[in-house]
Amino acid sequence: MSQITASMAGNVWKVLVQVGESVEEGQDVVILESMKMEIPIAAETSGIVKEVKTAEGDFVNEGDVLIELE
Amino acid sequence: MFKKILIANRGEIAVRIMRTCMSLGVQTVGIYSEADKDSPHVAMANEAYLIGGPRVNESYLNIEKIVEVAKTAGVDAIHPGYGLLSENASFAKRCQEEGITFIGPSPEVIAKMGSKIESRKVMEEIGVPVVPGITHPLSDVEEAVQVAESFGYPVMLKASAGGGGIGMQLVHDEEELRKVFAGNQKRATDFFGDGAMYIEKAIVNPRHIEIQVLADQHGNAVYLWERECSIQRRNQKVVEEAPSPFVDDELRRRMGEAAMKAVHALHYTSAGTIEFLVDENKNFYFLEMNTRLQVEHPVTEEITGMDLVEQMVRIACGESLGFTQEDVKREGHAIEVRIYAEDPKTFFPSPGTITKLVLPQGEGIRHELAVSERSVVSPFYDPMIAKCIVKGRDRKEAIEKLQEALAAYEVEGIKTNIPMLREVAAHPAFLNGDTTTQFVTQHVTGKK
Repeated sequence: MSQITASMAGNVWKVLVQVGESVEEGQDVVILESMKMEIPIAAETSGIVKEVKTAEGDFVNEGDVLIELE
Repeated sequence: MFKKILIANRGEIAVRIMRTCMSLGVQTVGIYSEADKDSPHVAMANEAYLIGGPRVNESYLNIEKIVEVAKTAGVDAIHPGYGLLSENASFAKRCQEEGITFIGPSPEVIAKMGSKIESRKVMEEIGVPVVPGITHPLSDVEEAVQVAESFGYPVMLKASAGGGGIGMQLVHDEEELRKVFAGNQKRATDFFGDGAMYIEKAIVNPRHIEIQVLADQHGNAVYLWERECSIQRRNQKVVEEAPSPFVDDELRRRMGEAAMKAVHALHYTSAGTIEFLVDENKNFYFLEMNTRLQVEHPVTEEITGMDLVEQMVRIACGESLGFTQEDVKREGHAIEVRIYAEDPKTFFPSPGTITKLVLPQGEGIRHELAVSERSVVSPFYDPMIAKCIVKGRDRKEAIEKLQEALAAYEVEGIKTNIPMLREVAAHPAFLNGDTTTQFVTQHVTGKK
């Protein structure tokens, strides 16, 4: 199992994947918005989305887990 | 003169406006979000009111709440600063309806200049050159492709309601246009509530040069020369200077006269800025008009000796300018750099707590900021944390002061773009005045 974490503090602007979906390494899974800039967060490994731990509009801190893959 | 002014903004610009109000003997009312309760603008205001949560739509964009505070505090006027509600025609109208003076132009002019399509129409009608483009929103991607072909690539795809950096994309060919059109349209709807898109011919390697104007309610207007703001990252300005190293007296006069034509045609009042793109042959094209105070107004203040905020307040009070174009002086050279809380290479935001802040000091060095050691730089707002403005007798001296100032800056706890600014300030192309809008791509990030 691996985790995809927020690389900076910000608001979750878009969640691009759903539970059960398979993602490839490098695929954008969440878009964060911070200081009026949108930053895509990509998966570092391939896998199946086990849990989406955030929702659009949430505020997250750097290091918070956004997605769990298995 | 007004007795009490509410400043509907935050950060350095709120502090800047309050400073002028204090010098005029005007009481100030500040507003703040939960994220800003410890901010300098709150401490500086004579009265300050908490207006909501950290997100801008819960606080600084909440028109009803701000009007309620203005009425409770009994203010005569509201200064909107820049960004946020500064170019919101509904807010200006609401102030008018409540009998509160909005320190800016009329709601009608704000609305007209706030639409890229409407503002282009106005400029075309009065003979101010505009970049070849269309004046009606695109219906779909097929029409976009057709229009782009008629101008020839590259083209600029723009959201009608967008600002400088958001909702604007350079498109190089049909394949790229087809790929990005729908996404940009959706983003324009999400961001601005208006999905209207249009296309302009892209001017390759241009300079961004703007004319500052002042106009009173009695038909008097002047232009306060130009500012060159070509050095940008992510389409947002980073370095601004006045005068422009590219503009000669003939071009300066032509651009100033075009700006005056627009001001008179619009019956514009207050401070405003007409932005132009200037090509290598010194042809200039209207880009947009900002109906508010600009971030980079200090460079104009430095070369003219004027306080632009004071002028805006006096104009809103109904005073005449009291001087003519012949009286507006131009002396020395000023450069402003914007200090952003961001990674200097990727430009990614870097919110956090400032643990150390040392500012350069000396003659000809001015700071506009609203942070100090232990300030928390919030992810909810713009990344700009400070502006450093230098003035010299000429451009060479101003650059030397800038280099010294940037070398002396110390900021710890967050990343900043200061290393990138040092690189710009020392670059031969900058020293030569070869400053186009592609500067950062060509000389800073592009070379890596």
